Amino acid sequence: MLREMSETPTVPDAGPRLVRPASGRVVAGVAQGAAAQLRLDPVVLRLGFLLLTVVNGLGVVAYAALWMFTPKEEAKGPEPARDWGQFAAYGVLWVAVAGFGWITGAFDGGIGTWPIAAGGIGALILWQQADPSRRQRWMSGAVRQVNTGWVRTLIGALLVVVGAFGFLAASGELAKAKTGLVFTAVVVGGMLLIAAPWLASLVKELQRERTERIRQEERAEVAAHVHDSVLHTLTLIQRNAHDAREVTRLARSQERELRNWLYQPKQDADATLAAAVRRVAAEEEDAHGVPIEIVCVGDCDLDERLGALLQAARQAMVNAARYSGASVISVYAEVEPDEVTVFVRDRGKGFDMDDVPADRMGIRQSIIGRMERNGGSARVRTEPGDGTEVMLTMKRES
Amino acid sequence: MKTVRVLIVDDHRLFRSGVRAELGPSIQVLGEAEDVESAVASIAELKPDVVLLDVHMPGGGGQEVLRRVLGSGAQVRFLALSVSDAAEDVIGVIRGGARGYVTKTISGAELTDAIIRVSDGDAVFSPRLAGFVLDAFASSEAPPIDPELDSLTQREREVLRLIARGYAYKEIAKELFISVKTVETHVSSVLRKLQLSNRHELSRWATARRLV
Repeated sequence: MLREMSETPTVPDAGPRLVRPASGRVVAGVAQGAAAQLRLDPVVLRLGFLLLTVVNGLGVVAYAALWMFTPKEEAKGPEPARDWGQFAAYGVLWVAVAGFGWITGAFDGGIGTWPIAAGGIGALILWQQADPSRRQRWMSGAVRQVNTGWVRTLIGALLVVVGAFGFLAASGELAKAKTGLVFTAVVVGGMLLIAAPWLASLVKELQRERTERIRQEERAEVAAHVHDSVLHTLTLIQRNAHDAREVTRLARSQERELRNWLYQPKQDADATLAAAVRRVAAEEEDAHGVPIEIVCVGDCDLDERLGALLQAARQAMVNAARYSGASVISVYAEVEPDEVTVFVRDRGKGFDMDDVPADRMGIRQSIIGRMERNGGSARVRTEPGDGTEVMLTMKRES
Repeated sequence: MKTVRVLIVDDHRLFRSGVRAELGPSIQVLGEAEDVESAVASIAELKPDVVLLDVHMPGGGGQEVLRRVLGSGAQVRFLALSVSDAAEDVIGVIRGGARGYVTKTISGAELTDAIIRVSDGDAVFSPRLAGFVLDAFASSEAPPIDPELDSLTQREREVLRLIARGYAYKEIAKELFISVKTVETHVSSVLRKLQLSNRHELSRWATARRLV
């Protein structure tokens, strides 16, 4: 059950119970709820209710009954507004269909019913395939180029025309209406000819405005970022021009920040190992002014033991930055299916492990001890004059 | 010692003169170019041994230069030099035919070393490029189409891992008890796989890194 629901995330109300969703409802959400239950497009059911109403009022009764017996979906947040555009469309359609039915008596059966049905379905497709915002624009009279779904638009229009002509033909009115139709066609065509250039320029203007707006928004975002970080740092650099070390530190930290903004995927620094290693290295780089180069292969979520690994790695970076005298520190983190390894390496002066006083907590406690307490291991390779490499390994929890 | 003839292609004048000043005496700079058009023309005219190629340039960038020069069958070697860390750029320029990728923070001595290596037909991998390759060739659910090209040998993996850890070729050779020449052979072999492998994961992986 759970699996099934997770596979159909787009239909949140596909559960076992029939409910009336509040969002996207036209009247009370009955058709939508039932459609979700039957895995149908709600339009089909809405059309069904509409036609049943026109034919003999049955639709109203059915709808009311379902309305009463179906619980409302528990809404989260404020209740969404009803889609009045759709409501109006269905209303107009109902009036039109009912009007035709009443005038012609077509709903008493016979061939006259079909053109009306075709026309109605066509109109609905036209209306339905437009998304709410586009319908809003249609309602407000604005003209926009419809790029997508124009095939469906065409089919809808065709169905409407076929419906209209079919109706006239079936009721024997086509011959009589011929003159009127030609007149209408000529008038509409003429109006289109007159309005076409204006419409085209309007469309172009709207598109231009839209691109311009998007461009401006992007420029504003970049400008905000540059102002907050880059310009700020440049000011600081000018003020600290006498202090070479500080200038390097500022430039380096700004470079790192800009790089992250440009190239690194947006990550939560406390959630995954690679992001956490980058954050820790950045902090130590800032604190000690020694560049730390990071290479990460693979990634995984952080847990308690990897947190300990991270602490040990931080201590190794601190040691390298403070005591090695190296101009750069390399950090390499690799996540493999069964274990995580972090290497911290410098080409500095190195040291003799046996010469390290027993009370110096850095290596023995903060690195080796911490790793062993958490079920990992640490290996330190160093020789005077040959740099230092700390290798930290932690098994992954399965 | 033979001199290596080099062309510097970069759209930043300050950077070009900086590189020129930093290169060792064994490098002879033939000229500079600042965009795709002038780069293609200069390569045809000066016939350098190695082209130092910037990845981001007006007119299509380094990849466009690679496409036009290598497409014409010219015998010239490229070393990509960039500030970009984006996997897409790094993998893209290597697959475009560059024999190495280093970042602009590289020191003059290291760059001189890298240029000589590339002129000898070897490959130059920065730690970050090695990391990208390990990542791209790592676990994959789909079986490789061409096992020879689509996966790394154990030894190649070891070499790449050491590069990623910041080891120089000489240090790698010492660590693995092999000669520097063998290290170079392994790296060149990885470069060949990187350029020829049809693994669709490779390109997909590189683009996905940017999209997240």
